[in-house]
Amino acid sequence: MTINLEQATKWIDLFVDKLEENRSTLNELDTAIGDGDHGTNMDRGAKAIKEALAKKAPADVSELFKTVAFAIIQKVGGASGPLYGTAFLDMSKAAKEETDLAKLISIGNDGIKRRGQSDVNMKTMIDVWQPASEALASGDLTAEKVTEFLNNTKDMVATKGRASYLEEKSKGHLDPGSQSSAYLFESLLTAMEG
Amino acid sequence: MKYGIVILSHSPKIAEGVKDLISQAAPSISITYAGGTDENEIGSSLEKIQTACEQNKGEEILAFYDLGSSKMNLEMYMEMTDLTVHKYDVALVEGAYTAATLAEIEAPLENIETSLKKLLIK
Repeated sequence: MTINLEQATKWIDLFVDKLEENRSTLNELDTAIGDGDHGTNMDRGAKAIKEALAKKAPADVSELFKTVAFAIIQKVGGASGPLYGTAFLDMSKAAKEETDLAKLISIGNDGIKRRGQSDVNMKTMIDVWQPASEALASGDLTAEKVTEFLNNTKDMVATKGRASYLEEKSKGHLDPGSQSSAYLFESLLTAMEG
Repeated sequence: MKYGIVILSHSPKIAEGVKDLISQAAPSISITYAGGTDENEIGSSLEKIQTACEQNKGEEILAFYDLGSSKMNLEMYMEMTDLTVHKYDVALVEGAYTAATLAEIEAPLENIETSLKKLLIK
């Protein structure tokens, strides 16, 4: 499956809306096992994305992703800034040649792993990105699956990120970064439906 | 000046405080810092990191940070800049103090790094 500018724009618009709507949900999740600001940070990022896109309409998917990356890197502030920022920056570089959606997401996932020096099962956003990228590659990503990937983070013990300071006590809570990543992939599915 | 020191912290007060502390041990070393977000809240800012590194007068920069996103933003900056930046995964206060003291007496990087190895915590 390939992604074009229209679909990618719709994807980001939907994601931005979801971040704004769910600011308090993300803050609550982060209060349980982090520093309580994931919703506020992502909401700030969402507003910066909107502003940047309104200022200059991107000419192609690569430029769109770059605009998103810079807005996030400059405005998000928490750990999610460099993580989402790197994902979109790497996808932007790849999108100059590549239009295959699964490949782009896989490149974004690799960027998050590099930046965070982390992998699956550490209770981070990678636990949504990686299985979502694999499901996209095999053509069977659904909203139900995204929810399933997200819910799988609940029983994990965090070994990366702020929640890792809680060790065993991080169990029983959803990972906030996985929740915002679930919004990202739900938005993507809606945008690709047309 | 061969080496300058950059302090990165989630808290503007910690960043400034560490600079104050280590300046005493290294009055002739260029020490700059990036603390908190652009709004001076708790967090980290790529822009502040960039400014702190660019304003530093050292030919090469020795960078010390506190928590995860300072590190990630620093690494992101290191991928973007032409400046030579060395990043140390050590205890912030002790590491910066050690490096500052040794840089002040113009110790070679090798000696500074040997001393820093004992302070690795990340």
